Amino acid sequence: MKSAIISFSSGIMFAIGLGIAGMTKPEKVMGFLDFTGQWDASLMFVMVGAIAVSALAYHFVAKKRASPLLVESWHLPTKKDIDRPLLLGAALFGVGWGLGGFCPGPGVVSLATGSLPAVVFVAAMLVGMMGYSATHERTPQDEE
Amino acid sequence: MHNFTPLPALLGGVLIGLAATLILLFEGKVAGISGILAGVLRPAPGDRAWRPQFLAGLLVGGVLLQLMRPQTFGATSASLGAVAVAGLLVGYGTRLGSGCTSGHGVCGNSRLSVRSMVATVTFILTGAVTVFVARKLLGDAS
Repeated sequence: MKSAIISFSSGIMFAIGLGIAGMTKPEKVMGFLDFTGQWDASLMFVMVGAIAVSALAYHFVAKKRASPLLVESWHLPTKKDIDRPLLLGAALFGVGWGLGGFCPGPGVVSLATGSLPAVVFVAAMLVGMMGYSATHERTPQDEE
Repeated sequence: MHNFTPLPALLGGVLIGLAATLILLFEGKVAGISGILAGVLRPAPGDRAWRPQFLAGLLVGGVLLQLMRPQTFGATSASLGAVAVAGLLVGYGTRLGSGCTSGHGVCGNSRLSVRSMVATVTFILTGAVTVFVARKLLGDAS
């Protein structure tokens, strides 16, 4: 029960954060990626705010604890190699991000509008993920 | 600078960071949206329920925004066909690259993971090149 409340609240908070930050406006996202045009640096501040909080939590709380609060052990990615799948995957993701202005979180949150682009984006994204699963073994330890 | 909104961006970022912190400290996991979606699509034996619960919160959060502040959402200038291709690339790419803007961009970078830093620089670069090609070379919309 406690776990359900924490995870559900975290999802709501994440969605509200994306909304306030402007990540649910594809044109704003494209404006951030438009370095050679009228660049909108706002999204850099989203990352700064999010990373600052998470980094404090990780380095000053998580790292000092033997285990998380609800489970017995930490399940954080341990992989270190900069390999071809990482580079190719991130590159493909960036192309898709620039093309539509949606990344996964804002795509899912935008489903609430019922707008056709949001629905098409999320449906295609799930197809892309299933396409990957159909051709690869799952490696949870690498997961970010 | 165009449409620059640093304060809401920072505040939204802090909320995202707090949400990721809850998942980190309670579940010991990375709050990466692409990983969460993939985990819901294809649960592994022994998975805890936090992913579907988080996803439900994300959807409900979207509904709350739509009800209270519909101007939170904006349209995309991309055609439906382009949006479909974008979705396929984002879905496949985030699985192949083990993460997206949240998993690598927020969680991984905050742990100083070199993989996440490299991934972040890579997706911002290819995203910027894509916007450049779409806007400058093909003259799409603006």
